[in-house]
Amino acid sequence: MVLAQDVHKSFGRLEVLKGIDLEVGRGEVCCLLGPSGSGKSTFLRCINHLEKVSAGRLSVDGQLVGYRERDGRLYELKERETAHARADIGMVFQRFNLFPHMTALGNVAEAPVRVRRENRADVTTRARALLDRVGLGDKHDVYPAQLSGGQQQRVAIARALAMQPKLMLFDEPTSALDPELVGDVLDVMRSLADDGMTMVVVTHEMAFAREVADTVVFMDAGVVVERGTPTQVIDNPAHERTRAFLGRVS
Amino acid sequence: MTEAGPARLIAVPVRHYGRWLSAIIVLAVLGWLVLAFSRADIDYGVTGEFFTAENVIRGAGRTLLISVLAQAMGIALGVLFAVMRLSHNPVTSSVAWFYIWLFRGTPVLVQLLIWYNLALIFPTIAGQPTSDLMTPFLAALLGLGINEGAYMAEIVRSGIGSVDDGQTEASQALGLTRAQTLRRVVLPQAMRVIIPPTGNEFINMLKTSSLAYTIQYSELLLSAVSVYTNNLRVIELLFTVSLWYLVLTSVFSIGQYFLERRFARGSARELAPTPMSRLAANLRGRPRL
Repeated sequence: MVLAQDVHKSFGRLEVLKGIDLEVGRGEVCCLLGPSGSGKSTFLRCINHLEKVSAGRLSVDGQLVGYRERDGRLYELKERETAHARADIGMVFQRFNLFPHMTALGNVAEAPVRVRRENRADVTTRARALLDRVGLGDKHDVYPAQLSGGQQQRVAIARALAMQPKLMLFDEPTSALDPELVGDVLDVMRSLADDGMTMVVVTHEMAFAREVADTVVFMDAGVVVERGTPTQVIDNPAHERTRAFLGRVS
Repeated sequence: MTEAGPARLIAVPVRHYGRWLSAIIVLAVLGWLVLAFSRADIDYGVTGEFFTAENVIRGAGRTLLISVLAQAMGIALGVLFAVMRLSHNPVTSSVAWFYIWLFRGTPVLVQLLIWYNLALIFPTIAGQPTSDLMTPFLAALLGLGINEGAYMAEIVRSGIGSVDDGQTEASQALGLTRAQTLRRVVLPQAMRVIIPPTGNEFINMLKTSSLAYTIQYSELLLSAVSVYTNNLRVIELLFTVSLWYLVLTSVFSIGQYFLERRFARGSARELAPTPMSRLAANLRGRPRL
């Protein structure tokens, strides 16, 4: 589903990604771990072209994201074509980024109506079902400011799911939450994984990674240090850097 | 049983003797002003009489008309040039920068006179003599509207800048185009920052439109001037006009209050009650809100 080959990314003279190779299969849940500044969030944001890669191939479902390859070069696509590709990739942010001027239902229904030009009545039915699914059956007509962080994040997940994406990206979805609200969000993510959604998750939740992930990728200083099953990477890390990081967080 | 202990300690708030003194001074100055105005040779009957004169009312109507149209034009141009200014295209953003620099940097009165005398630059436009096309109304509309656009562009730009980048990212991640993101996500949120200064701009516009009297647009001030050149009641008519401006600006200030509430949706958990609903609640004997 996601295929990265020698992906590089620089901000000015600072090289943040130094050649990432990674493959995430259909239906796979892949957790990216690593210290802050390791490039894991940047890599995640490259997947839907919120950050532009400087070099290398990055494709989703066989399609390059944001670029067209010709004569050995990557040509950036027009904004409209990139938007079209992004519509199939759901993203959940650390700080939720809900639209504060729309109700929960409005947030969920916005993109299907505007991007896919779907019938509003159909979308509303689906949006209500999604909000029910994430446990917010009584909050359809409430504005984000009236919701707790955990509830906002669940609305954000429902908003991404409303586009019926083939891939979901999670950028530290529980890092901005009070500890007692983390569980509800992780439960929703767990049920998504059980339904076979392909997910790439940047997280610091070791228990979640161990339990839900099919593969765990440990990144440091812009490179993939090691990759494997949770048992391999979290419980029996092969590299010194992985051991040092895990020793600090758990 | 009464306490036999020390007497109850009464707390005395700070005494504000200064307030009494300043109130007396203010009242004295006010009294002196009222006396001066009543002794002056001003026939207030004339002020009141012309307040409802047909010609003055029509002038007030035109002031309102040109202000609304010029402000609408200013808002449209402001949004356009703010977006251009923020564009990644260097040509577009330079054009916007130049527009703002030019029209904010020259007096609006001078701009009005230039529009009115446009025939001196372009004698004909599309085969028509410019002097026929450029009526006082059109010159006033272009002069006031285009000048206003430069100020509105800066207001809109600061409003757009106030919206968190995460909003744009979330919108684009959902597949909305940049235009959709601007219209559906960024601008509605920018409105909360844009509206209060825009209200001020409109109140300014109501008054600045009086400059159009210099190019023969028959708005409120010109209607008064044409009366007092005949009856020589200069101050009386200027007071009439001032009253009309006060009425117009006050009415709009109330409208602005409700507009700001409308766009505060989603930012506060609960909107504060309006003065009217507070009054109603008090009249019904509910606890004070």
